[in-house]
Amino acid sequence: MSQTDPIGNDGPPRQLAAPPLITVRKLSLAIHGAPILNEIDLAIQPGAVTALVGESGSGKSMTALALMGLLPGGSTTTGQALFDGSDLLTLSERAWLGLRGDDIAMIFQEPMTALNPVHTIGAQVAEPLRLCGIRRAEAARIARDRLDRVGLSHVPLDRYPHELSGGQRQRVCIAMAIARRPRLLIADEPTTALDVTTQAEILSLLRSLVDDEGMALLLITHDLGVVAGMADHVAVMERGCIVESDRTEALFRGHRHPYTAALLAASRPPPHTPRPPDGTAILEARDLRRTYGAVTAVDGVSFTLHRGESLGLVGESGCGKSTLTRALLGLEPLQGGSVTFDGTPGGQSMTRRQRARISVVFQDPYGSFNPRWTVRRIVQEPFHLTGKPRDADAQAARALTEVGLTTADLEKYPHEFSGGQRQRIAIARALITKPQVLVLDEAVSALDVRVRAQVLALLSELQDRLGLSYLFISHDLTVVRAICDRVLVMQGGRIVEQGAIDKVFEAPAAAYTRRLIDAAPRIPAEWLAARNTPAATG
Amino acid sequence: MLIGAVLTALFAGAALLSLVWVPHDVARLDIAARLLPPSPAHPLGTDHFGRDMLSMLMEGARTSIAVALVAVGIGLGLGVPLGLWAAAARGTWLDDVIMRGNDLIFAFPSLVIAILITAVFGPSAVNAILAIGIFNIPVFARVARGAALPIWTLDYVMAARVAGKGKARISTEHVLPNITNLLIVQATIQFSLGILAEAALSYVGLGAQPPTASWGRMLADAQTMIYTEPQLAVLPGLTIVGMVLGLNLLGDGLRDHLDPRLRRRAP
Amino acid sequence: MVRSLLSRILSLSVSLVVASMVIFLMLQAVPGDPAAFMLGLNAQPDTIAALRADLGLEGSLGQRYLTWVKGMLAGDFGQSYTYRVPVADLVVDRIGVSAPLAVYALILSVVLAVPIGLIAASRRGGAADWGMMGATQLGIAIPNFWFAMLLVLVFAVKLRWVSAGGFPGWSDPLAAIKALTLPAIALALPQASILARVLRSAVLDTLDQDYIRTARAKGLSQRATVVRHALRNAAIPVLTILGLQFSFLLAGAIIIENVFFLPGLGRLIFQGITQRDLIVVQSVTMLLVFAVICVTFLVELTYLLADPRLRRR
Repeated sequence: MSQTDPIGNDGPPRQLAAPPLITVRKLSLAIHGAPILNEIDLAIQPGAVTALVGESGSGKSMTALALMGLLPGGSTTTGQALFDGSDLLTLSERAWLGLRGDDIAMIFQEPMTALNPVHTIGAQVAEPLRLCGIRRAEAARIARDRLDRVGLSHVPLDRYPHELSGGQRQRVCIAMAIARRPRLLIADEPTTALDVTTQAEILSLLRSLVDDEGMALLLITHDLGVVAGMADHVAVMERGCIVESDRTEALFRGHRHPYTAALLAASRPPPHTPRPPDGTAILEARDLRRTYGAVTAVDGVSFTLHRGESLGLVGESGCGKSTLTRALLGLEPLQGGSVTFDGTPGGQSMTRRQRARISVVFQDPYGSFNPRWTVRRIVQEPFHLTGKPRDADAQAARALTEVGLTTADLEKYPHEFSGGQRQRIAIARALITKPQVLVLDEAVSALDVRVRAQVLALLSELQDRLGLSYLFISHDLTVVRAICDRVLVMQGGRIVEQGAIDKVFEAPAAAYTRRLIDAAPRIPAEWLAARNTPAATG
Repeated sequence: MLIGAVLTALFAGAALLSLVWVPHDVARLDIAARLLPPSPAHPLGTDHFGRDMLSMLMEGARTSIAVALVAVGIGLGLGVPLGLWAAAARGTWLDDVIMRGNDLIFAFPSLVIAILITAVFGPSAVNAILAIGIFNIPVFARVARGAALPIWTLDYVMAARVAGKGKARISTEHVLPNITNLLIVQATIQFSLGILAEAALSYVGLGAQPPTASWGRMLADAQTMIYTEPQLAVLPGLTIVGMVLGLNLLGDGLRDHLDPRLRRRAP
Repeated sequence: MVRSLLSRILSLSVSLVVASMVIFLMLQAVPGDPAAFMLGLNAQPDTIAALRADLGLEGSLGQRYLTWVKGMLAGDFGQSYTYRVPVADLVVDRIGVSAPLAVYALILSVVLAVPIGLIAASRRGGAADWGMMGATQLGIAIPNFWFAMLLVLVFAVKLRWVSAGGFPGWSDPLAAIKALTLPAIALALPQASILARVLRSAVLDTLDQDYIRTARAKGLSQRATVVRHALRNAAIPVLTILGLQFSFLLAGAIIIENVFFLPGLGRLIFQGITQRDLIVVQSVTMLLVFAVICVTFLVELTYLLADPRLRRR
């Protein structure tokens, strides 16, 4: 995001002079008696980006909904949120109708579901305009203009949401939100569901809207890299409280709260020190090809995974990495090429015994387990491949201890565990048949950064101890950098670049790799270099 | 839900009791005791043949419940495997054939099926069971398939495939246990619809034949005397309403109780 | 759009062909000789032979099927044995009662269900919601033919507002509609209850969607959000139920006609069964199934209008 980086070193931003657009004082919120927010103070400046950063459950989305007057039923608030001299928290619904969409607008995380599937995008962008009495033709003209502004000049008004990509849909949402030129736009994780290059484009669009139209932006995110590239001010939230807030650069350079430090440390795991390659191949792919009708999902992919190595596979959604994974695991046929696993034919022609030696950990910590099975049964499921050994229970217990859980957890059900613990169970399940290769399919992508750091550490430790080979699939370059020795970059079904991790990151050969690296949100090194904090505070 | 469970239990109890004991034998006609008002000997009075109303209703409960239960059993036994199979074969011709076949059965309402069967084999309780049961098959197949499809996209199914399990095994080990809640709820709904359908069939003479007592036949008999003895039509009707209402409330209660979305919020 | 339309028309035709085969085979499966079966034990051999010819029972199964289907396509449903008239004439008479009754009931149930469902959804959890949903529970539990008997008891026997049954014919449309009103109400009540419940839960489901939140964030009021964004999305499950209901209404009409002594298809079919007039049964069931399949097809077409996502493919 170098092209949008708003923070120079040329003194404080001009906006500081103006009075805040919204001043939140001691806002507390409880839903059905359960406390959610605790005495929050927040100032949102006009013409600037204020970021609210925190992990899931910290209350950042609820803060936004409170400022939109859209809190769920059963909510009670205390404190104030002053806007134009009136307190937003005490406004009547009728007063809100005049304010929402007009002065304050909002966009949400999931662009795939945020638009009504049965109305055209033109109608949806025009709708807030029609609400304030603008005639149909004029509203359509403005809608066209707003869609042009968000970079959709090539998309006709009569398109339906399902005909657009995720990034395009998020642009439609933005066009809709800015249709009446609001003074404040609230963006709740607006790019979390998007690919990294699309994310960069959307963020740059939001930034230019703030700069050109003098709009205030309240950006809610979990990603400190996004904050560093976008925000003028930042407030860090933890469990319903704002623990620290400051101008962005000042906060990064001089943060005082241990939670901020822990978050920072976890969001930039130290780069992995590559180990010397062992040299013997364990998994080899030669010219793999998989087509679905006219679509080629995997197009001539070749690579080698060595013993004891961590090989990263990076690419955006739809690049074919999931299809490739399934083919390697023998779950999908190939139309061409060959897989060799430990010297024998791999893929679909693997025997059950061979299949037991390559296992997988999935992304979703909630969908990974049958909710009606105990952990004992879940962890032992892969024994289906080998036949259940006499000491199955003892092995299951050992696998659990290996990933940092206890024997007592064997009798529990998945819903009794947190997201991070569930990923540990998934790893235990993958390890039970003593595999040589572990495929980690976005295995840490759904986790909060601090939990992610712990799981990454566990994976490193297991690899060293058990001599495992990892195929680490991810869209997140930071994570790949933290764990892999070598990396493959995949685009449109092909491997566009592969090589040692340092080399690919520092001197990418392919234009696409360079684009990916440039688009990845990053915290400027000098902001952190000033402090010599040890990496693992908290 | 409690009301529903109590009502259902009451009727089921009466039906079970009628297997071993009823106050009076309903097969014996006693013209001398016809149209008696309620009394200690006949708590709900007697009908125009002198049969004890309470005994008739108890036996009717047995007929209704037996017909509806077996019909639900047919639906579950055939529909659920078909639905699971279709879900496992999603997107293939097999899925298409199964679901199109279901649509076709939907085009024959159970009454039409009953009419066809009766036209061929003559009226009987067995034919009523068949007619209602056949119609239950596509209902359960649809519910099972609809509930199974999202489960097939989940990672634990993928993990089971990685563990070398086949589609049949995944369907029984992973899919079926996670859709039983929905099936139970649907079963109570189909059960109550079955009670209504049985009543309707025997009302038009396509269901259980005399001397077997059934609620629908009691109503049909009562209709001929609706001008003179309207009370005969009230009791069987109320009984049907009570039974069906009980089942529906039970089903609703079960759905709220078993809703996976509510369960997921557990600790 | 054109392609999905064509594929649906194809599956419609396949359904019709398979349905006609099923009906045909079922009635040909009658144990023994259908003609002898229809005429009873004491029939003369030459009468049986004549009926066999009438029924088109000469020739192979395939030939007979083709003859039957060809006849139906040309509007010839065969000769009723008992009435000694073409089945087609009988059916045309009776449809004039059954079809208006089903449509009348369908309209009534929609008119009742839509406001109830919407009000209950918008007052979710309130007293109105509880009251209305309780009433619909009761409405579903009441067998329609019993409800019809109660209506007769109250409005015909006690109040004497209407006659207890019979049908005056369409020469006096007002009287005809009056005669159909009680039957239509009896038919519509359970269907309206079901429809209201489906509508309520469909609206509540769509209200949970992200785009509803988006609409609220745009500044739409709760009411405008429901009207503009929830209704059309809720229409699909409601349409599905409506399509299914048509088949229930047709079936229900058969029974209700018996309560009110209406000369409709239902009476015809039961007379056909008791008099072993199989050709009538065969043709009328085919007609009913044809109607249901066509309605299902129409419902699928309205899906295409309601949901742009289905127009691709």
